[in-house]
Amino acid sequence: MTPQDFIALGPLLAVALGAIAALLSIGVRRRPRAAFAICGLGLAAGLAAIVPAWRVAPRAVTGLLVVDGYALFFTGLVLAAAMAVLVLSAGYLRGRGEHAEEYCVLLMLATLGACVLTASTHFASFFLGLELLSVPLYALMAYGRTQRPNIEAALKYLILAGVSSAMLLMGMALVYADLGSLSFAHIFADVAQSTEPMPWFLAGAALILTAVAFKLALAPLHFWAPDVYQGAPAPVTAYVATVSKGAVLALALRYFGPLLAAGEPARVPLAFLAVASMFVGNLIALRQENVKRLLAYSSIAHMGYLLVALLAAPNAVTAVAFYLAAYFATMLIALGVLVVLSRPGAEAQTLDDVRGLAWRRPWLAAAMTAALLSLAGMPLTAGFFGKFYVLLAGSGAGLWGLVIVMVINSALGLYYYLRVVAALFASAEQPVPAAAPLVPLPWAGAVVLAALVGVLVWLGTYPAPLIQMIRLLTAGAN
Amino acid sequence: MILVWMIGILLAGGLAAWAAARRSADMCRRVALAAVGAELILALGLWASPPVATNYPGRWVAAVDWPWIDSLGIRFCLMADGIGVLMLLLVGVVGLLAVAASWRDVTHRVGFFHFALLWALAALCGAFVAMDLLLFFFFFEMMLVPLFLMILLWGREHRRRAAIKFFLFTQLGGLFLLVGVLGLYFLHYARTGTPTFRFFDLVHEPMSRAAAWWIMLGFFAAFAVKLPVVPVHGWLPDAHAEAPVGGSVVLAGLVLKVGAYGLLRFLLPLFPLAVVELAPAAMILAVVGILYGAVQSYGQSDLKRLVAYSSISHMGIVLLGVFSRNELALQGAMVTILAHGVSTGALFALAGMVHRCTGTYDMGRMGGLWKKYPWLGGAAMVLAMASVGLPGLANFIGEFLVLLGAWKASPVLTILAAGALIVSVPYSLKIIQQVFHGRGATASDLPAGAGADLRERAMLAGCIAILVWLGLAPQAVLRTSAAAMQAVSAAAATAPAPNAVLPNEPGANQ
Repeated sequence: MTPQDFIALGPLLAVALGAIAALLSIGVRRRPRAAFAICGLGLAAGLAAIVPAWRVAPRAVTGLLVVDGYALFFTGLVLAAAMAVLVLSAGYLRGRGEHAEEYCVLLMLATLGACVLTASTHFASFFLGLELLSVPLYALMAYGRTQRPNIEAALKYLILAGVSSAMLLMGMALVYADLGSLSFAHIFADVAQSTEPMPWFLAGAALILTAVAFKLALAPLHFWAPDVYQGAPAPVTAYVATVSKGAVLALALRYFGPLLAAGEPARVPLAFLAVASMFVGNLIALRQENVKRLLAYSSIAHMGYLLVALLAAPNAVTAVAFYLAAYFATMLIALGVLVVLSRPGAEAQTLDDVRGLAWRRPWLAAAMTAALLSLAGMPLTAGFFGKFYVLLAGSGAGLWGLVIVMVINSALGLYYYLRVVAALFASAEQPVPAAAPLVPLPWAGAVVLAALVGVLVWLGTYPAPLIQMIRLLTAGAN
Repeated sequence: MILVWMIGILLAGGLAAWAAARRSADMCRRVALAAVGAELILALGLWASPPVATNYPGRWVAAVDWPWIDSLGIRFCLMADGIGVLMLLLVGVVGLLAVAASWRDVTHRVGFFHFALLWALAALCGAFVAMDLLLFFFFFEMMLVPLFLMILLWGREHRRRAAIKFFLFTQLGGLFLLVGVLGLYFLHYARTGTPTFRFFDLVHEPMSRAAAWWIMLGFFAAFAVKLPVVPVHGWLPDAHAEAPVGGSVVLAGLVLKVGAYGLLRFLLPLFPLAVVELAPAAMILAVVGILYGAVQSYGQSDLKRLVAYSSISHMGIVLLGVFSRNELALQGAMVTILAHGVSTGALFALAGMVHRCTGTYDMGRMGGLWKKYPWLGGAAMVLAMASVGLPGLANFIGEFLVLLGAWKASPVLTILAAGALIVSVPYSLKIIQQVFHGRGATASDLPAGAGADLRERAMLAGCIAILVWLGLAPQAVLRTSAAAMQAVSAAAATAPAPNAVLPNEPGANQ
């Protein structure tokens, strides 16, 4: 390890140090504010450390990780999203009678795992990163120890994620048995050179794909998503929807991108997953009355859209990166609004909870509307250019069938987003639940939401700077 | 630059009107009126201004061309020629009408209503002058959200269903447009290596027959839903009938015109060959639309639905004109667009006033209103005659020119269309007969002061003046759009000879 290596790993080190410092501070004295501040500082330091890391990139560190522009972009995205979730959580946990300090530490550890995933080029770091991301999530989902839905969500996720981890390990073992290597670079080279069929490798790749599809909640491996989204505490749901999925997708693009470019066989199952996810997500979402479940099905569909972009490899990176950035901002707003609306013992999650919100809390309703329109891909929001970019990548690669399926699904999706918008703007003539007393919003949460809406509109009106940045950072990747 | 100002004024006016509603509702309405008035004055200024120098063929009176998303070749390119100027004028006139018609109709959440109305108008302005295909699509979609909210929040009892239906229909069509635009973009990119969405760069793109067909169908789907062409018109009666009066005015007067404008501006020049092959089918659909709209319209008992179905009939005439593809018919379509915008907008406004007087849209419960409200009756008479196509009023010029032009393209269909136009007479007369004549059950106990007030009289008189002026001296409008229409018909007529087309893809020869 040279000093250069440490600079390259700066973002990861900052997050890790933040987690340790927070842990130590608990040993000295329990103070939620201090823990949140330390973790926030750690995440901010991680974000700041991206700049010097970019100076030394691209750089392979220890053969397990590679710090290149691609990894740094997704690391930045993950850290920014984690920061938003952290701030939202601070207001959410207050008054819930749980210790908030360990929550911060767990969040930091999961974030560290996500960062490792974005930089991973080796099965060992892949698996370590994935477990580091998943294990804290079990605890985070069950953080409300007295809340039945929390426990239920965590248990479901624990069992299913355990199975998928086992599949992942088995898949890695099979690939290793066939090729004798755990490093992505060697695998790509072997696959590109091979002339005869490789049954073990194919079986292994299929198992790995299954595990990744589970993490991304792609149909038909999506069953955990609605229950977990609904049952988990709202900020944790936001974290699962953005950071967890984004990091896995970044890894999937790094791993499957070259394999897709190498050969046709990998395209068929991925295309199947994409089509199935789009239809399953959108069709089931049509009748949902619970906004969290609705967003879960919607995110299944959105992962399907992202797969369309991924299938457009090797020109997929910009589209996936831009779409993910837009999707992060959008999902964080949508779930963030639910977070700030929730009161201890009264989680805001059904359509009735948000009915008529526009007349009670106009700014929150405006933010939620912006997020829903962005999910639907309307102009002036980030989702418009996100969807445009995915369609651009898809049609550029000649995937016209998938593009048409995506278009039909966008129209399907529009219906349930509009249902929520209609509920937000429902007038007082319609039955309104006993209006909850207007509690002042946590100011930090409000600031985060305002900033995210700013990002959403910025990306929806002038996305050129972000596109430039993505192109600059990911030049040469894939 | 003036085009950016127009859109900017409407957007800022929307925000200002919303803010002004905190002071008083009337203040908000005045701000909105002033913003739309400013747009109209700027458009009138453009009408009188000399052409500016551009790098592109055509007579353009205003142009901005800024980089927007460079790496993808998307530009903020707004340009107005004769067609654009006329559409901008229509936005101004119908916009004023919509604000005036909402004056006494919208009484709650006034600020938000005018915000939505002005943003919809801004998006419409943008759509009528955008010459970058992606920018056009941007504005095309942007107008949906404010219109959706207008129907949803201030509509009648089935507003939620109507609003969602409207949004879904147009959005699905719009997405096919996007795929078509992307197809065109990649064809051009593959040939030249330059990413661009600018209309002028894509306009003479050589493409195989199959590619042209598929891409053209994407464009046609979007515009056919907006226009609407008959099998995909399902959203229109509900949306128009359930919307608040101001929303109906904008929908009928402007939103439908986006479909017509898109066909004229983009479909004909971009796909000259494929359009020739589509033309017979489209013209048959047009005749079916004229007839279907007229028959359905006659069968309605709801005043607003009656006017809504009559729009389908009139848009059939526009479709017929566009696909006749000669200058005469295109000019006729242009006049019909303007005439229908003003006359139907005014009819919807009038329907709103009748509703205020009688408390219902059900024509079965009306009657004898003429005695009580002679102003409304007189205005309705003129507007109904305009709708029928009486000589001396604007609609006549449009229909006449379309039929003249269509004769050159297809005499048989022209005869059928002319026959169908006769069927449209009864529904217009039905308004007069059922609403204003006869003995109404409620006529005696109607409030005397609920009729048109001074503002509404001025508004109706203004619309009628425009219709009469266009009907007697259409030359001013025809001259404005002549150059642009010649260019369109020339592009549609001088399609590259078949041997200049790229070799067909395998299997595309059937």
